[in-house]
Amino acid sequence: MEMVNLKINNIPCQAPAGSTILEAAHAAGIEIPTLCYLKEINEIGACRICVVEVKGARALATACVYPVAEGMEVFTNTPKVQAARKTNLELVLSTHNQDCLACARSGDCELQRLCREYGVDKTNAFEGEMPERSVDDSAAHMTRDNSKCILCRRCVAACAKNQGVGVINALERGFETHIGCAFEAPLAESTCISCGQCIVVCPTGALHEKDDTGKVWDALNDPRKHVIVQTAPSVRATLGECFGLPIGANVEGKMVAALRRLGFDGVFDTDFAADMTIMEEANEFLHRVKEGGVLPMITSCSPGWVKYCETFHPDFIPNLSSCKSPQQMFGALSKTYYAEKMGLDPAEIFCVSIMPCTAKKFEVGREDQSAAGEGVPDVDVALTTRELASMIRRAGLRFADLPDEAFDPAMGEASGAGHIFGATGGVMEAALRTAVETLTGESLAKLDFTEVRGTEGVKEATYEAAGLTVRVCVVSGTANAGKVLDAVRAGEKQYDFIEVMACPGGCVNGGGQPTQPASVRNFVDLKALRAKALYDEDAGMGLRKSHENPLVKKVYAEYLGEPGSEKAHHILHTSYVVRERQF
Amino acid sequence: MRRFSSVPFSGTQEQEQQLTSWLEQHKDMPGAAMPALQKAQEIYGYLPIEVQRMVAEGLGKPLAEIYGISTFYSQFSLCPKGAYKISVCLGTACYVKGSGKIYEKLQEMLNITGGECTADGKFSLDACRCIGACGLAPVMTINDDVYGRLTGDELEEILSRY
Ligand code: SF4
Ligand code: SF4
Ligand code: SF4
Ligand code: FES
Ligand code: FES
Repeated sequence: MEMVNLKINNIPCQAPAGSTILEAAHAAGIEIPTLCYLKEINEIGACRICVVEVKGARALATACVYPVAEGMEVFTNTPKVQAARKTNLELVLSTHNQDCLACARSGDCELQRLCREYGVDKTNAFEGEMPERSVDDSAAHMTRDNSKCILCRRCVAACAKNQGVGVINALERGFETHIGCAFEAPLAESTCISCGQCIVVCPTGALHEKDDTGKVWDALNDPRKHVIVQTAPSVRATLGECFGLPIGANVEGKMVAALRRLGFDGVFDTDFAADMTIMEEANEFLHRVKEGGVLPMITSCSPGWVKYCETFHPDFIPNLSSCKSPQQMFGALSKTYYAEKMGLDPAEIFCVSIMPCTAKKFEVGREDQSAAGEGVPDVDVALTTRELASMIRRAGLRFADLPDEAFDPAMGEASGAGHIFGATGGVMEAALRTAVETLTGESLAKLDFTEVRGTEGVKEATYEAAGLTVRVCVVSGTANAGKVLDAVRAGEKQYDFIEVMACPGGCVNGGGQPTQPASVRNFVDLKALRAKALYDEDAGMGLRKSHENPLVKKVYAEYLGEPGSEKAHHILHTSYVVRERQF
Repeated sequence: MRRFSSVPFSGTQEQEQQLTSWLEQHKDMPGAAMPALQKAQEIYGYLPIEVQRMVAEGLGKPLAEIYGISTFYSQFSLCPKGAYKISVCLGTACYVKGSGKIYEKLQEMLNITGGECTADGKFSLDACRCIGACGLAPVMTINDDVYGRLTGDELEEILSRY
């Protein structure tokens, strides 16, 4: 790599040619603030919070897009720089609805933090007209409050470039500029797939999930309800971030302890349902292969992906596995199998899920997701990791000091295969462990399918078992999924089995996960650090295959019969719809 | 917040043909959205949702992106022009003499905001810059007719002539 020599704040350093001042400074241990910049997807140099002085240049330079050059001298902290940054913040505030006390992001808002860091001491340095406030709370999963928006366009970039959806954009111009859908359509009527990737990149409180914690508090305080909770694989790998623990800390034990102290009557693991999903999905796949069913089969665990497929690629609906997602399988079993076992009326059971995902809020309201009958949804409320953190805080639980506790056994036992569902490639690997052993009838010598691991957006591999060749593809980020489907449709690619997760990197980077500021997102591989927690847990377990999970065996033996049985179909499978593409 | 035209869309087969063949030829050109919208406006006179959908489909771009461009540049109009195009001068001389009030009153009378067209397609209303008739300020035009020294009271009667 060609390196150039430069000086930052008089300290000599080197940086790769073509890198930006921002990157060079970061490598030299100096943080330059950013607001609009998101590596690779939003390099638009618009907000000018990152300005620095470059010796010999007339104007201040925007460090996020300004390339380094041999002999360059950069100053990141001069009075001129500080004053410019402060003025830029004051200008942002002149049209900002500053009700921090009642704001969803107070405490982890990037704008709030920068105002503090740059000594903004007046909230009205520039007074004038305020834009009209518009709030879109039409969708099940999120709210957009334009009065908190700083027009950095990070959401627009995530939606268009990572997700290939592009349902939001900056509309109008000048003072009227705002984020919205085409023709001002409400988000609920748009092609939004509910993934929440816009929320996790938003620096402010302009975008946030629908807060459903009130419904959960109410249920917990209702003596007539039997309130149970399930936690998705990836939540244990991220929840700690909300309490100051390092990225990638596995907090399963403390999370369980916290949920118990919040008053849930049963604290269970979605990973058990992930194992159930593998049983059904592996069975469905082998059935399709043997009976000449529609291939490639595509996974259906990720509701953002399912909605994307239904909206943009409805011709692939027959390829979607008919399996419900683990969240829904868990809910369905809780109101059938578990209700029967406990002698409870399914209608008394209130099933809460803790998910990395905002699309799960949409999924709970989907059609054909009520195994126990009309009016008894499989899952009652889906909360994000962030919402769980806020409940833990409100309850006054000192998270870091909680003991490590174990899930309740009734629906709490899971294999390592279930744990890795939270990362891209995890569902495929879990399915392969079971499918290959089912095909060969022999124990696998090596359980790690490393070809499908890692955070790349598209991965391919070919496996042979019992004379059968299985060509697999693993995709994350719906923009990548769109490209893969286009290639399959055009006959350029042949696969038998495709795993898709809507969010880049999979659930560990889901739209309901803890927000991390751009200063972290731009320089730390969040996806990889969080996924490592799950793979480490799997590697350390004796039970690593879904079909060996004793609880799974028990549920089939006592209740469902065989994978793919009629009863299993009724409870654990679902159907899809073609969605209109209006806005 | 912008309001949308309630005039029903009445594009023809030929217009659609013209636009789609242009899009077909130019869809791989970088930055095609802007010229595509110009072409579409040239063909249809304005850019209703039906036309923007054709552009989005034709270029393989999200509708929100096309709509964003169409609302960024003032050259694009989302509403059709009426059979009678009313244009009120908001140039300095006219404005000083109260053309702002005339403009407001017309919006009220026609029940539309500036830039829009009445639901029956009869009148559209726009503001314009100085048209060089400052001596007659405040001035408005309806198609080729010029009306000057307006007070506001005569507007009802003027509109009734059309
Ligand atoms: S977005 Fe940030 S600065 Fe704005 S009100 Fe919310 S916390 Fe405060
Ligand atoms: S939730 Fe996903 S699809 Fe919807 S606007 Fe946000 S990024 Fe786009
Ligand atoms: S909604 Fe958030 S991410 Fe989108 S432009 Fe506004 S502040 Fe930026
Ligand atoms: S201009 Fe550099 S971060 Fe916005
Ligand atoms: S200002 Fe209106 S005609 Fe000149």
